[in-house]
Amino acid sequence: MAYFIQLVVEGFATGSIYGALALAIVLVKRATGLVNFAQGAMAVLATFVAFGLTQAGVPLILAMAVAFAFAFAFGAGVERFVVRRFEGGDPDTAVVATIGLLVFITGVAALIWGYEPRQFPSLFPLQSIDIFGVFVSVRSLGTIIVLVVVMVLLQTLFRLTKLGLAMRAVADNPQSAALSGLPVSRLLMVGWGLAAILGTVAGVLVAPQLFISPGMLDFALVYALAAAILGGLDSPIGAVVAAWFIGVVENLAAAYIDVIGNDLKIIVPFLAMLIILIVRPEGLFGRKVVVRV
Amino acid sequence: MSLLELEDVTASYGFAPVLHGVSFHLGVNDAAGILGANGAGKTTTLRAISGMVPATGRIRFDGTDILGMSPDKIARMGIAHVPEGRGTLGDLTVRDNLRVGAYTRRDRKGVAEDIDYCLELFPNLQRRIGSNASALSGGEQQMLAVARAFMAKPRVILLDEASLGLAPSTARRVYDAIRRLRSEAGVSMVVVEQNAALAFSVVSHAIVLETGRISIEGSKEKLMGMDEVRRAYLGG
Repeated sequence: MAYFIQLVVEGFATGSIYGALALAIVLVKRATGLVNFAQGAMAVLATFVAFGLTQAGVPLILAMAVAFAFAFAFGAGVERFVVRRFEGGDPDTAVVATIGLLVFITGVAALIWGYEPRQFPSLFPLQSIDIFGVFVSVRSLGTIIVLVVVMVLLQTLFRLTKLGLAMRAVADNPQSAALSGLPVSRLLMVGWGLAAILGTVAGVLVAPQLFISPGMLDFALVYALAAAILGGLDSPIGAVVAAWFIGVVENLAAAYIDVIGNDLKIIVPFLAMLIILIVRPEGLFGRKVVVRV
Repeated sequence: MSLLELEDVTASYGFAPVLHGVSFHLGVNDAAGILGANGAGKTTTLRAISGMVPATGRIRFDGTDILGMSPDKIARMGIAHVPEGRGTLGDLTVRDNLRVGAYTRRDRKGVAEDIDYCLELFPNLQRRIGSNASALSGGEQQMLAVARAFMAKPRVILLDEASLGLAPSTARRVYDAIRRLRSEAGVSMVVVEQNAALAFSVVSHAIVLETGRISIEGSKEKLMGMDEVRRAYLGG
């Protein structure tokens, strides 16, 4: 039983990392209506900024704060100078542009820091604690707590602040929002900036485990996309719940189903996704799109 | 003195010209109507004013040239546009829609008072205050759209076919409220309508558009006395 609980907690922790990235994808999808395939690459770039600073002797917390600021500016810049050029055109074109951006950013990161994985300092001590006979790593607990805090902050932003209200209005209908005087283009930049920060949260959480390299989040992006789709693509809560689900199911399947093991565990969440989407095409938390005539 | 002045305004969607040199003016604390059949360019005229279609000519608001400004900037100057169809944010609650309307304002107390005023003006909205706008009936959505425009404390409200798709009794209730806003809050209005009788219940003068050109203009009394206006827009 203790082993089972351990597996579940570890699954939640991995899921939290997918969840942070999935939140970023959902935020961008809601604001601009497109899936940003470069979300992971942007996060890696910002994580590299933190990495570079820690190498130069800057304390980790400060380095992370700078990385978040960098991520915000970079995300806003991508919206302003890349995505906006495709505004009003076919959204698919903009999506392809984000794939180009993924390749470009990964290349730039490799050019500066190389492809070799490097060690990234951990935010949490590498110990386990004993909770009623179950040993849980502090890092796993910390990762889960970080994501929960992020969710609470996001909900507070969207539900209780004027900025959040304005961002929801722009996500709902940018033209209509502009008629109330909302600075739509600036709000879209803020949305992309916030999403980039969320991605960077995933980056700094996962970097100590995977070691930092330009392709570090490639796998996580696939899981995050799966979580975002499973959650309904426009539901932040849905994305996180789906990410946790994926993390836990994957971990349990690897441990308990012999034929799957660690090598094949990646198929489990996708199988689950396939089945759920056949039954509920709008995702777990998505809304059915109702067209009124 | 003119609050809003259009001079020789032309506008087109792509290569198709829709307006050919429309001029008209709206005074301070004034209400003007734009009448005409479908496709005459009424909606385009409003969209040109609020910066939603590219236009040429001259549009002045309170002495400032606003042609070429972005819609959000024009809105912040004090022009609130209630667009044709659903002018609400469907995923937001009624209360949030009203708060979005007041986005540019800094006077919290005034905003709270105006929300109360809107809810008194439209008791239906009071009952649906926590519902998403998309769950409202067509009439309630139109009420919300008007209320949301008013929340910005604009100097001019551009009203595009507020009666469209509504049952006659609902349309009359919406216009009753619009008349109250006119008289109690002193907001100027440009009213676009196919239903001229409703428009004349608010405006003091109007233009009639035909395929993007002004065919008739004048005071309400003059227009209501004209046979061609009566036949075409007032039902005989």
